[in-house]
Amino acid sequence: MTSAQAEVKARPKREASRHVVARVDEIAEGKSKLVNVEGRAIAIFNVKGEYLAIANRCPHEGADLCRGSVVPLIESDTPGVVRLSRHGELVRCPWHGWEFDLRTGKSWCDPSRTRVKSYDVKVERGAALVEGPYQTEVYKISVEDEYLVLEL
Amino acid sequence: MESSVLERTEDKAETLGVVDCDVHPAFSRPDQLSDYLPERWKQHVRDYAIRSANPLLGTLPYPRLTPGNGMRRDSWPPAGGPPASDLDFLREQLLEQCNIEIGILQPLAAGSVAFNMELGAALCSALNDWQIDKFAGPEPRLRASICIPQEDAKEAVAEIDKRVTDRRFVQIAMPPRTIEPAGRKRYWPIYEAAEHYGLPIGLHTSAFGYRPNTPSGWTSFYLEEHFAASNSLQTVMSSMILEGVFEQFPKLKIVLVEGGFSWLPSLFWRMDREWKRMRSEVPHVKRKPSEYAAENFWYTTQPIEEPEKNTHLLDILRWIGPDRLMFSTDYPHWDFDDPRYAFKVPLTPAEKNAIFRDNAMKLFRLQ
Repeated sequence: MTSAQAEVKARPKREASRHVVARVDEIAEGKSKLVNVEGRAIAIFNVKGEYLAIANRCPHEGADLCRGSVVPLIESDTPGVVRLSRHGELVRCPWHGWEFDLRTGKSWCDPSRTRVKSYDVKVERGAALVEGPYQTEVYKISVEDEYLVLEL
Repeated sequence: MESSVLERTEDKAETLGVVDCDVHPAFSRPDQLSDYLPERWKQHVRDYAIRSANPLLGTLPYPRLTPGNGMRRDSWPPAGGPPASDLDFLREQLLEQCNIEIGILQPLAAGSVAFNMELGAALCSALNDWQIDKFAGPEPRLRASICIPQEDAKEAVAEIDKRVTDRRFVQIAMPPRTIEPAGRKRYWPIYEAAEHYGLPIGLHTSAFGYRPNTPSGWTSFYLEEHFAASNSLQTVMSSMILEGVFEQFPKLKIVLVEGGFSWLPSLFWRMDREWKRMRSEVPHVKRKPSEYAAENFWYTTQPIEEPEKNTHLLDILRWIGPDRLMFSTDYPHWDFDDPRYAFKVPLTPAEKNAIFRDNAMKLFRLQ
């Protein structure tokens, strides 16, 4: 190991920051909420009680993905036979209809080039949050409620 | 001239506004156009409705990708009404957000393709009054199009004569899927008037027309209709050129709206080749077809082609010539192009100025 490498290794890692972004009851199932975290616009979707977050700006022409419709994956092996799956796990851009997988941020048609960042969201009880190293500018944490915590 | 264009600086390209050649105003309620009809036609519409050659009444032939017959999902005005019916919200969402210096209205309503042609003429006239009253009158950044009943050339020319002194009208609007191909002589009085007044004719591909969207009839899917638009504009071009329209009216200016442009090279390679072999069939066509395309036609950009390699688009764009292309958004439709992000090709500042602003400024005499 060279001394330069050793130096890099010794440098402390950038700590992930955790942000309380919403109360769980603010996003109804199948709906979304736009939040701003450290200058980033992030769309959080409630997919059957699970919360999935992606960058809000469509990489194609810049539309707000939080305003898109939530759709299933539509596939067909042969003309006339259509299969729907993964209900509510994709968002269709409100302008040109690009479909993004809410779990990965990848678009269905061009996954390697046209994709958005996806973020981790966890549900935490208010009681756990009052003590933690969380950033919350907007929320007054109540111990009995549940909150969405986004990690950057 | 070319060298003087190239001298423009980058700064200018960043600060100048955009001319949007395709904005679709909407009625705030379905029967709003009746307010602008004379009593005789108001009653007619009430009792018999407006029938066009479209297969369905009151809606478009295909369910589109988004609600409201294919609107941007974020374009419903907060104050109510359909997208692009509320001038304040149109100002905010289009003119302000996209830095649109001038937007050209392209009303899409059945006036020019009504079965009852007298009603069609009345509807066109009403559309022209409505555009001024609701949009181009109160908002100087918006300009209107003279809608005409093109199948009745006499009525069409009368409508042009009536509107031409009002400089808020900057073009004549005509649909591409006419009863006969656009080059036929029945339409020549319109071309004569357009050339005389120096008014470009904009042919906007649309869901309306006297003919189905392909030569073999109606397609099954909206996706097919969406690019059949290019076919209808190719028919317009080849018919007008080969019928000799531009020999008769050499200064006539035609704008093809919303049909793409990347097909132009192959169409004209073919047309020029056939002309070299069969020129004697059409001796009135004195020059290569591509020469008319380069002098008499302009093209709006939306929905812009998106090839795998962006540089391929740049090659085509330069083959056509950046002086022939004019930017358009198609607001508030779902396939809207945002002037900030739609062109993913490295245009030079001169090309950018030309496409986003100067070509349209010059063609429509907007200054």
